[in-house]
Amino acid sequence: MKKFIIGILMISSFLFGQTPTAEEILQKIDDNMVFEKAITTAKMIIHGRSRSRTITSKSWAKGNDLAMVEYLSPAREKGTKMLKTKNKLWIYTPEPTDRIISISGHLLRQSVMGSDLSYEDMTDNSSMIDNYEAKVLGDEVILGRKCWILELIAKNKKIAYYSRKIWVDIERLLPIKEERFAKSGKLLKTTEITEAFFQDNRWFPRHMPFKDALSKGKGTEYILESIEFDADIPEYYFTKAGLKR
Amino acid sequence: MIKFLLKGILRDHHRSLFPVMIVSIGVALTVVLQSWVTGVFGDLTEFSAKFNTGHVRVMTKGYAENIDQIPNDYALTDLDNIINNLNKDFPDVTWEKRIKFGGLIDIPDENGETKIQGPAVGLAIDMLSKNSAELDRLKIRKSLKEGKLPTKPGEILLSNQFANKLNIQSGDIVTIISSTMYGSMAINNFIMSGTVEFGSAAMDNGAVIIDIADAQNMLDMDDATSELLGYFTHNYNQIKATKIVNKYNATLKSDDEFSPIMQSIADDRFLGSYIEYAESFSGIMIFIFLLIMSVVLWNSGLLGALRRYGEVGVRLAIGEAKGHIYLSMIVESIMIGIIGSIVGTIIGLCFASLLVKGIDIGAIMKNTTMMMPSVFRAQITVETFYIGFIPGIFSTVLGTILSGIGIYKRQTAELFKELEA
Repeated sequence: MKKFIIGILMISSFLFGQTPTAEEILQKIDDNMVFEKAITTAKMIIHGRSRSRTITSKSWAKGNDLAMVEYLSPAREKGTKMLKTKNKLWIYTPEPTDRIISISGHLLRQSVMGSDLSYEDMTDNSSMIDNYEAKVLGDEVILGRKCWILELIAKNKKIAYYSRKIWVDIERLLPIKEERFAKSGKLLKTTEITEAFFQDNRWFPRHMPFKDALSKGKGTEYILESIEFDADIPEYYFTKAGLKR
Repeated sequence: MIKFLLKGILRDHHRSLFPVMIVSIGVALTVVLQSWVTGVFGDLTEFSAKFNTGHVRVMTKGYAENIDQIPNDYALTDLDNIINNLNKDFPDVTWEKRIKFGGLIDIPDENGETKIQGPAVGLAIDMLSKNSAELDRLKIRKSLKEGKLPTKPGEILLSNQFANKLNIQSGDIVTIISSTMYGSMAINNFIMSGTVEFGSAAMDNGAVIIDIADAQNMLDMDDATSELLGYFTHNYNQIKATKIVNKYNATLKSDDEFSPIMQSIADDRFLGSYIEYAESFSGIMIFIFLLIMSVVLWNSGLLGALRRYGEVGVRLAIGEAKGHIYLSMIVESIMIGIIGSIVGTIIGLCFASLLVKGIDIGAIMKNTTMMMPSVFRAQITVETFYIGFIPGIFSTVLGTILSGIGIYKRQTAELFKELEA
């Protein structure tokens, strides 16, 4: 009943053009972005200092705690896998190295394959409403779309980014522009959603340019090629034994 | 006059012994200090050159600007072409490829999973080529603590302290985790063939030494390197280095951040100011000695003048011109200066040659993070043979000039009265 009333209130506020509360906006973003289970294939185009590289990968994810990523190309990375279980991360490198290496602590915030994404960014499927306190700052037209501007402050120290400024597409309820900050106020990362698609009753990002503000590279384009929500994923995929399968 | 004065100096010990002794001591100290300081500065410069900077080095502009971050994404590429041109333009310089990298050392358990990890600083040198001088240049053979030197690809050396911390033995598998020059993750297995100990905490805390070809393969740096270090046949020479650097950089047209640039040790942020200081040190030292000895010899000159008061009076009384007496005393002081400088230089060289063997400060340097040699030695150079003559002669002359002014104050009319008294 309570959910029904909140839903009615939210729909009415959206319909009548009033700015909903920050929490309502975050809830709608989560409805779009957070999933229970999904299998995705994606492409990362990393624009380095000297040249650009394209890395393709397939991911299996369950909530925010379990994720597995397998790199499909280029040849040098092919077969490398990444397993995330809660706060632990392992990397498996195939023969001839054949090693399962634990990545922990500050290394989780290191760049993935030289891209502008960290391991935390790569495997993040967390709920915004659970992690951030938010307030609406106003509205603005960004990337040709009308947006609300929100400021988010992390609810606890474990969150990778202390604060964020997001521009939320009023129609699609996706954060089409983001600035992520450290506690000191230093800008750490910027992201955009330049292309989105509608599937299974939700809007989802297709093309996301990332830029690590601390790196001198030219940014990374993350392109989601396909996603299958609520896919059937065997449990052993999220085990260390599954890395060597 | 010179012959006459020389006889006077040799026969009248009261006139010459004290000034010669003072000059000799001062000159001997100058010689010992100069050779010691030259040796210590030279040792530090050569040590840094061998491990870190080369006498000159070539890298990309981007790498040079961000050198503290070891930015291998700014590595030198098209290496064969660059080395061929360098060999053609500077045939008396030996060029060595060096790759530096940061990363993690990961030790596997029996299931191939992480047992223990530690941060490492990697240095890739040419260890496996037949004619490579790198093992001797870095004294790796002498520094080998356990095991053996790498003899084939896939073998590496770890600092002894680091290996003990990771609890691994020669022959164990270690995994290096680093980044390729394009930013991808680089994970490779190696066999630790042995451990080394350099006596410097900077190297002994977490160093990994790997063959250059293995590093190029691991870090996706085919035909690329972090830096090309150039070594002269003899020790570092600033004038030669500047000439080479200017000649090479004058040929570069591109302003691109990936274009190569050459730097000498003097361009290094830390060593540059250090070399500048070392160069001015001899001048500062001479000036201080000149000042101190002039004051001492001025005093001794005054004492001598007092003692020779009668002699000067007689010489004036028999009609010798004041200017002639003054000049003869200055010439005499030059002679004393030369004799004192010769004696002092010989004594100084004897002491300096004892210090050439070196003083081992390894025990003191154990915990320092600076890249420093553990043994400091004096170095006898051409400058050592003549440096003592500068303060030795100038100070005696200056002392005599100052004390001899008194001659002009003597009144001829009062001379006989003084002599009678």
